[in-house]
Amino acid sequence: MSATAVLSPDVIDKYEPVIGLEVHVQLLTETKAFCGCANKFGAAPNTNVCPVCLGLPGALPVLNRKAVEFATLTGLALNCQVRERSIFARKNYFYPDLPKGYQISQFDKPIAEHGWIEIPTPNGGIKRIGVTRAHMEEDAGKSIHDGFADSLTKTYVDLNRCGTPLVEIVSEPDLRTPDEAFEYLTKLKEILLFAGVSDCNMEEGSLRCDANVSVRLKGAPKFGTKAEVKNVNSFRYIRAALEYEIERQIEIVESGGRVAQETRLWNAGEGRTYSMRSKEQAHDYRYFPEPDLPPLIVSEEWKAEIAKSMPELPEARRKRMIAEYELNEQDAQTLTSSREFADRFEEVAGKAKNPRRVANLLLSELGGRLKAANLELDQSPISLTGIGLAADLLEESKISSKQLKQLFDISFEKGEDFPAVYEREKPQQITDASAIEALIDQVIAANAAQVAQYKGGKKTVAGFFVGQVMRASKGQANPALLNELVTKKLDAQ
Amino acid sequence: MNVLVLRLANSRFPLGMTARKANARIMRDGMAELGVGTKDLVEKPATIASLREGIASGVISAVELAEQYYARIAAHNPLLNVYLSLTKEQALEQAAKVDAAAVKGEILGPLAGIPIGVKDVLTMQGAPSTAGSAILKGYEPPYDATSVAKLKAAGAVLLGKINCDEFAMGSSNENSAYGPVRNPVDTERVPGGSSGGSAAAVAANLAVATLGTDTGGSIRQPASFCGVVGVLPTYGRVSRYGLIAFASSLDRVGPFAGNVRDAAEVLQVIAGQDPKDATSSARPVPDYIGETEKDLDKLRIGVPEEYFGEGLDPEVRAAVESGIDSLRKAGCEIKKISLKHTQYAIPVYYLIATAEASANLARFDGVRYGHRSAKATNLASMYRLSREEGFGPEVKRRILLGTYALSAGYYDAYYKKAQQVRRILAEEFLTAFGEVDAIVTPTAPTAAFKLGEKTDDPLAMYLADIYTVTASLAGICGVTVPCGATSAGLPVGMQVLGAHFQESTAFRVARAVEAANAI
Repeated sequence: MSATAVLSPDVIDKYEPVIGLEVHVQLLTETKAFCGCANKFGAAPNTNVCPVCLGLPGALPVLNRKAVEFATLTGLALNCQVRERSIFARKNYFYPDLPKGYQISQFDKPIAEHGWIEIPTPNGGIKRIGVTRAHMEEDAGKSIHDGFADSLTKTYVDLNRCGTPLVEIVSEPDLRTPDEAFEYLTKLKEILLFAGVSDCNMEEGSLRCDANVSVRLKGAPKFGTKAEVKNVNSFRYIRAALEYEIERQIEIVESGGRVAQETRLWNAGEGRTYSMRSKEQAHDYRYFPEPDLPPLIVSEEWKAEIAKSMPELPEARRKRMIAEYELNEQDAQTLTSSREFADRFEEVAGKAKNPRRVANLLLSELGGRLKAANLELDQSPISLTGIGLAADLLEESKISSKQLKQLFDISFEKGEDFPAVYEREKPQQITDASAIEALIDQVIAANAAQVAQYKGGKKTVAGFFVGQVMRASKGQANPALLNELVTKKLDAQ
Repeated sequence: MNVLVLRLANSRFPLGMTARKANARIMRDGMAELGVGTKDLVEKPATIASLREGIASGVISAVELAEQYYARIAAHNPLLNVYLSLTKEQALEQAAKVDAAAVKGEILGPLAGIPIGVKDVLTMQGAPSTAGSAILKGYEPPYDATSVAKLKAAGAVLLGKINCDEFAMGSSNENSAYGPVRNPVDTERVPGGSSGGSAAAVAANLAVATLGTDTGGSIRQPASFCGVVGVLPTYGRVSRYGLIAFASSLDRVGPFAGNVRDAAEVLQVIAGQDPKDATSSARPVPDYIGETEKDLDKLRIGVPEEYFGEGLDPEVRAAVESGIDSLRKAGCEIKKISLKHTQYAIPVYYLIATAEASANLARFDGVRYGHRSAKATNLASMYRLSREEGFGPEVKRRILLGTYALSAGYYDAYYKKAQQVRRILAEEFLTAFGEVDAIVTPTAPTAAFKLGEKTDDPLAMYLADIYTVTASLAGICGVTVPCGATSAGLPVGMQVLGAHFQESTAFRVARAVEAANAI
């Protein structure tokens, strides 16, 4: 069965896809879930191991408290109910990278359940996607099937990853399009990053996603038979794999066939999925409560303590920043593109004389230039510190906005940060009152009509004089002093 | 490292030979080769207190004591098949340290210089830990079990690793891949199991004390068969770290000794919370040795009628009843009680224990350590053949039973139901301990049976644990103490059960029975 035949949009439109996602994230603990080994990516094979994570005879697991805290944070961040009493279970299956022959996981009593994530919809609305559960488990090792001279006949096993703490987050089958799946993953990743529980690095495998997908005729009361798609290692591929899979299933149904319940592997190179195992070949994991670990108790007090350590989550943070820096939604989004950036921004803004000016400069002056130069924020020649300095200089009227624009231009031309450029090109401001007064006198003499308007009560005309004098000073008159003197001179006429 | 593997199964116990035939052959060979009679096999070890005093005062050299034990082992082990490996170099090194410390007048550890043997399901660095299985032949663990580490720290001289039923599954020690252990009292009989070697070692004075493990009766039943004292500590009292798991919610580590006080001495050392075992208890460890010396006062002793019914050998009943009589004479109040659900204990036990075992034994897959089949051609056949060749029939039977009990569609009817009944059994004990301080029962329905007698009938073998599994399921503690003998001179043990963490009470009662039995 292939999905090469192009289905007409009319046909596709008759069907509704139903998608649920299972996301595994590695927690950023110092040590593994059940032993004291370092929880680190990239060490030499089979070096971060001990009797416990190697599953040696007689070794026993002891739960890492930090992993519980991170799992609880995850649950709270996803609006879940955190169970006071959760139970670890053994999930039994044989595989060379699973040293005990079972994975310690949670089954019928997971640490967190009944949560949700909100995702934006194309028409600017919001859709709530249910989070069925978030449970704790340990990662397996890695089987390395290729890259060795004898890979044709041998599989190598690296057990460093064994026992890495994971949280598996299972969504309700609430997603209806590949785009919604993409949005869900984007939001989920953002929440996890802001909560600080995982680095969500897909290349290193610290975030992995499987998708359950089925199709049904619109309005049909029951779900269709689902397929589980595995081995998808980027959000873009999830979208592509789902698009492929949905079309494949519609094609089967359209041609009078039945979708098989099975596990399918995504092949990114070919852009298609392949059957991996059928329902009949599916594992019977024979879950039962893990007798080596007592029930996990997260008391109300402990939960409250953990909740206190919760960093500000993206939605809340954006709301606050919109109010605090007088931003629009789009700008708030830009400033919170990552927790790290938002933190750095707020650190600089917090120190600035006028935080709003920092936001403003960052978004308009810098943003516009970056866009024109086709650069990302993290490629900007002007650092956040530079923006902070520029904002303060403006605030204190040490430079005019015109001068600032010129200095920014130089920064972009030379790829040099703003403080260095400013230090070198620092405009010589005219702060000598008599020199400015001389210029004002010239302008007043040349614009009798405007003077008359001023005297007639139209005080706003003062701005005209300020502008004219500034132009005459080639932009170097100290703006504060200039303002003061213009008013004084006009009043004296 | 001088690790001497004394006997390997395959040379004496070829695959395909029935246990009975093998037993007969070992019997014949052993007797002929050694010309050893059985009379001098049974010997009571000196008490730990007397040895400790002798060592501390320089009257006894720990090194010489160890050498004497190795000499006795060399003489009797070929027949009894107690030790699977000896750790002579480590033992003599430890003994020399003790002697040196004694000379300097340093304060010695509570078990300094005491020769102790360790069941082969407990890991010990520098010695193989086979768990009595061919699948772990030659496997050397890189770490000490916590109980073993505590013995070492207390100055004990660990002589070697002791034979047992494969992965502690069995009631006769005939399931060892390295051949059965013989009962020193009557070498045609089994020592009980699964810690048969640990019991036989103490009975034959091939160690002053030993460590065993008990999952459904594996310390108590062999202690009864061999006429020694065996302790089932409360679940969580002694760390399981380094105990090669059979059934994690049931497995316990406990001592064997020649008398109640010595058993208390060893438990004193190995008990306590272990950060490496999440199921170990934080409760403080009382002074067991001191408690053992206390008077019985007017302890209330429960005698459950269900433990004296059909299937109990009349001679065993008589011995146990005489033990109960001696308690009455010592001032105890004897109360008849009823533990109504006892009849469900065996099926419940065999469901839970095998279910847990099916997962615990999954790690023996030929991938990282232990036996890997030379005939394997791919991953599936590596798993299948390694396990087929490595595991014995009883282990395979239990893995299959447990796998079945956990399978989709059967879980609720078997495993879940068994857990529910387990709770009822535990509550029943809890209620009983509201009325009595200790419960006494026969440890086993019979005295030691003959080698090969039950090997073809697994159900009959399982019934050997009928009086011990309930306490295992309930998590409570118990001590088995000799209370008499059959007309044939076979020892009979009385099981004294205490409530959770009431080892002291069980010791006191056992000590009274011991005192009466000595007269």
